[in-house]
Amino acid sequence: MDEQVSGGYASDLLSDVIANSKAGNVWVTMQVHVNIVAVAVLKELAGIIIVQGRQPSEDTLRKAREEKVAIIVSNLPAFETVGRIHSLLEGRS
Amino acid sequence: MSPRNIAAQAGKRGIMLLAICDHNSAENVAAVMKAAEASDVTVLPGMEVCSREEIHVLAIFEDLAPVLNLQSIVYEHLAGKNDPEAFGLQVVSNESDEVIGFQDRLLIGAVNLAVDEIVDTIHKLRGVAVASHIDRQSFSVISQLGFIPETLKFDALELSSNIGDEEARRRFVAYGDSTFIRNSDAHDLEDLGKNTSEYLLEYPSFREIQKAFRNLDGRLVCEA
Repeated sequence: MDEQVSGGYASDLLSDVIANSKAGNVWVTMQVHVNIVAVAVLKELAGIIIVQGRQPSEDTLRKAREEKVAIIVSNLPAFETVGRIHSLLEGRS
Repeated sequence: MSPRNIAAQAGKRGIMLLAICDHNSAENVAAVMKAAEASDVTVLPGMEVCSREEIHVLAIFEDLAPVLNLQSIVYEHLAGKNDPEAFGLQVVSNESDEVIGFQDRLLIGAVNLAVDEIVDTIHKLRGVAVASHIDRQSFSVISQLGFIPETLKFDALELSSNIGDEEARRRFVAYGDSTFIRNSDAHDLEDLGKNTSEYLLEYPSFREIQKAFRNLDGRLVCEA
């Protein structure tokens, strides 16, 4: 992920992410459906972190490669994942 | 909501086509079909499947065999045990309203299948797949996925009683080419028939509404 991360957004409802996330946010979710890529592009998100070790589907990965959207998988549940990223982001400012 | 009560109430309210779509299960469908046999209500077998993304999809079929097939697939991918204290008893009834058993699985849960797989499976079983209450803020394909992808081929999109036709036309203008229908989504007898669509059909049957969804041979869903 080369993008400048402006912050983060955690939500599993894509409609909510569309409404409330900000450009440059890293998105933490357990959704693996291909639509997550379109949402990340639409909202200019820094990337997507999928939690709980869930695997994005083949078509999601394909779309992500096409659109150059970074997808990272965390084996931790959402709460811990968000906690760690939040600390990282706070730490650097 | 026993089979005989459902059949009676539907008859009383002038409902001619009634699809039974219980959450992740179809064990009570046959009983309602039998209970309604002597009435003017045509009962169609169905199920409301909750996908991995927590999207509700209505599956409606021509007969019992495919819905029971879907039920096996759903049960195979459904984890967890019901908690009757938290969620109530999951009763299985016969057409005489007698309790013949209880379903132990966590029917309120999500099936570990993607929405695309579910729609595919419904089509392979020759049923129709309807996106449930797309206007709702939860459990709708739009709330969960933000938009309906091109590849997801629903036969119709359902509107709940929470949204009027004018507003629906505006909000869902992007899906203007789709077939919109209204259903009561009744969870109790009072709600039966509170939200309905009128269809122009030759007679009430699965094949007729399947044609109506496609606007085929003059069959259609009447404009509100």
